[in-house]
Amino acid sequence: MKFLASPAVLRRSGILGMNERNIGLIGKFNPRCNFPLVDDKLKTKQAAEELGIPVPELYGVVEFQFEVRDLIKHLAPLTSFVIKPSQGSGGKGILVITGRDGENYIKSSGAVVGEDHVRRHVSNVLAGLHSLGGRNDKAMVEALIDFDPYLAKYSFEGVPDIRVIVLKGVPVMAMMRCATHASDGKANLHQGAVGVGLDIATGMAVSAVQHGSLCERHPDTGASFEELLIPGWEQVLELAAQCVDMTGMDYIGADIVLDRTRGATLLELNARPGLSIQVANQSGLRHRLAIANQIADSTEDTAEKIARAREAFAVHR
Amino acid sequence: MISSRLRVDLIAGALILVGVGLMLYKVFNLGFPLLPGESREVWTVESKISFHPLRDHGPVEIELNLPEPVAGWQVLDEHFASSGFGFSVTERHGERWAVWTRQQLEEPSTLYFKAQVFRPDVNGLAEQRIPSAPKQLLEKDQQAAMDRLIAKLREQSTGARTFTALLINALRQGDDPDAEFLLSTWEDEPDQVLLAVLARADVPARALRGIRLQDGRRRQTLSWLLEVHNGKESLVFDPETAQRGLPDNFFVWERGGGEILNVIGAQDSRLEFALVSNSLPAKSVLLMDERVDKFALLDFSIYSLPVEQQGVFKGLLLIPVAALVVVVMRLLVGLKTSGTFMPILIAIAFMQTTLWVGLAMFIVIVSIGLWIRSWLSHMNLLLVSRISAVVIVVIFLMAGLAIASYKLGFDQVLTVTFFPTIILSWTIERMSILWEEDGPHEVLVQGGGSLLVAVLAYLAMSNSLMSYLTFNFPELMLSLLGVILLLGKYTGYRLSELYRFRALGRDA
Repeated sequence: MKFLASPAVLRRSGILGMNERNIGLIGKFNPRCNFPLVDDKLKTKQAAEELGIPVPELYGVVEFQFEVRDLIKHLAPLTSFVIKPSQGSGGKGILVITGRDGENYIKSSGAVVGEDHVRRHVSNVLAGLHSLGGRNDKAMVEALIDFDPYLAKYSFEGVPDIRVIVLKGVPVMAMMRCATHASDGKANLHQGAVGVGLDIATGMAVSAVQHGSLCERHPDTGASFEELLIPGWEQVLELAAQCVDMTGMDYIGADIVLDRTRGATLLELNARPGLSIQVANQSGLRHRLAIANQIADSTEDTAEKIARAREAFAVHR
Repeated sequence: MISSRLRVDLIAGALILVGVGLMLYKVFNLGFPLLPGESREVWTVESKISFHPLRDHGPVEIELNLPEPVAGWQVLDEHFASSGFGFSVTERHGERWAVWTRQQLEEPSTLYFKAQVFRPDVNGLAEQRIPSAPKQLLEKDQQAAMDRLIAKLREQSTGARTFTALLINALRQGDDPDAEFLLSTWEDEPDQVLLAVLARADVPARALRGIRLQDGRRRQTLSWLLEVHNGKESLVFDPETAQRGLPDNFFVWERGGGEILNVIGAQDSRLEFALVSNSLPAKSVLLMDERVDKFALLDFSIYSLPVEQQGVFKGLLLIPVAALVVVVMRLLVGLKTSGTFMPILIAIAFMQTTLWVGLAMFIVIVSIGLWIRSWLSHMNLLLVSRISAVVIVVIFLMAGLAIASYKLGFDQVLTVTFFPTIILSWTIERMSILWEEDGPHEVLVQGGGSLLVAVLAYLAMSNSLMSYLTFNFPELMLSLLGVILLLGKYTGYRLSELYRFRALGRDA
């Protein structure tokens, strides 16, 4: 492998660069005034509920520092929950509690933490430690996703989520992000999570990449990605396509998880979806975006858009 | 309706053309050299005379003795600012005086005299007879002490030269009881003791008054050198260090030993100088004087500003260059920096501290700051008070660093004060959060990226050709603006992406 790729070759393969994403996609398709809806997970959740899009159940919101004192009382009836900043970015500041050990809490990693830890975490969230631009923030307490057991073997400690890039209601590219031991249970690719490119047509794995190089199996669980097939793929695509209407943004990344009982559930939206999905799929976005644009121009019907996208972006292995 | 891309292209193109066009006009039509070439150091000396009115608000007359250039110095250009005052230049006894007059003065006022001086040839002082100074009337005991001192020094010396050197040393070190007695009983300024002793010893001597030229000094005052005649030639001594010879950075204002500033009808008058040095091409130095009046374009150049502002603009005009470096490194190369323009501020600090010292200080402060910050994060503080705490820690670190190194004899570290405190604090805060969330590797990547950009910006700004071009052709800023606008519309790949996606391009 050469140390640097030639720009001409990258252009021919349709790889999207950061500058082009910023000017040609985000600047062009995503009006600035709609950003708050996407950046604030509380607003996203409300808007999604109005449209009947399934989202994780909201237990409560902590808005002010003084509320932190009574927090433990409110958490008492819950055995499992997730605390996250409403304006967090890149999966930062998410505390996942999967169970109880007497007065203490069990994190998803299995570590046991006390009440103090939970309170301090919420204080930090309120102070804006994890949020865009360090602004003061709210802490959301949500139901823990009871994720589909079929996917459990593809993730180490964390929840595997599916990122779908959508242009004007047309699903363009998708990947599943699997937490690993190296990524410390986080689904961030640059921290060592595995990115699995998904075939838009079928929901089957196209390729899997960790740290920029291909891999066949999950490094911790040993599960083979070749056999992966996302259950309820149709539902995932429909949900992602609907998000465009909800936000007024034409270019977004939808993060979707599969709940055991509720099926595809919207976790959050991203108005500035990253470029690593191209690495996971071993394929560029530009050509697909051009086709998606044509599809969106030719029809208004969501089901039609999805059908034509599945046809156009099918990967034949 | 034209597309935004085309519009930006047109605007940027026009800006680039205007900038380059103006520069070419100056180069070809006005004869400004494009490259510095052989350069002359031209000093702009701005004299500032400030004074307060007397209580009766009577008529005021201010006289300033204008410099008569000697020892190879030449005056290029003189400007007088005299708002509300009558002004004339008169000649008396071969000396030129600027005279400002006013019937009534009610408020404290300031008058300005600006001269551009340079030294095409480094000559010594022309020979001149020094009239012997009148002997001063002294108290009996002073007279006796002075005679004893003179007798002692005569015994130790071989002539006027060594006598003067020994005398300066005796007066400065203060281990001679007679010299000490003279200094302690002298009512006039202590400087005058030197001249009085020389006069009593019949050594022809006088004060050579002028300015020590230091680039960027704002409130320089007059200083003096001692000129002594040993019968054959004139010798110049530094009255503080006894060093011989006329220093290169000493601009002689007045050689005759007379007054420089006369103020009638006002009080608390002060004479201060602001100094800026510019490296100008020899050619433009010689022709600038006549041109300034002839061409409006030059009349509106930065040279027409007061010296202090010229000094400020000299620095400001370099910032666009640093901004361009940041834009290129982020958009074309794809380096991650902590804070968009933090590298520029660090680079500006490097201009004062010099590169290696600055780098060392930056790394020391940020490392210790990070260590203390990790301790702060255990205290579970709210964000604003945590950052304020870091600001205070940073100031303490800077003070500690300055004191410790000063005691160890590294004066250079004192420039640590030029680092922007708040920016350093935010850098530490950001790095610390980055450390907690993404680990030390990411801190090294972003910290290293920021420093690399800062160093490149520093190298661009400290380049002498760059500072020559930006200061002499400020219109190039328009071209720079055009280039930055164009880069803002660049949609190609970043260098880092060629690496990131290196595996993807193979089967095109």
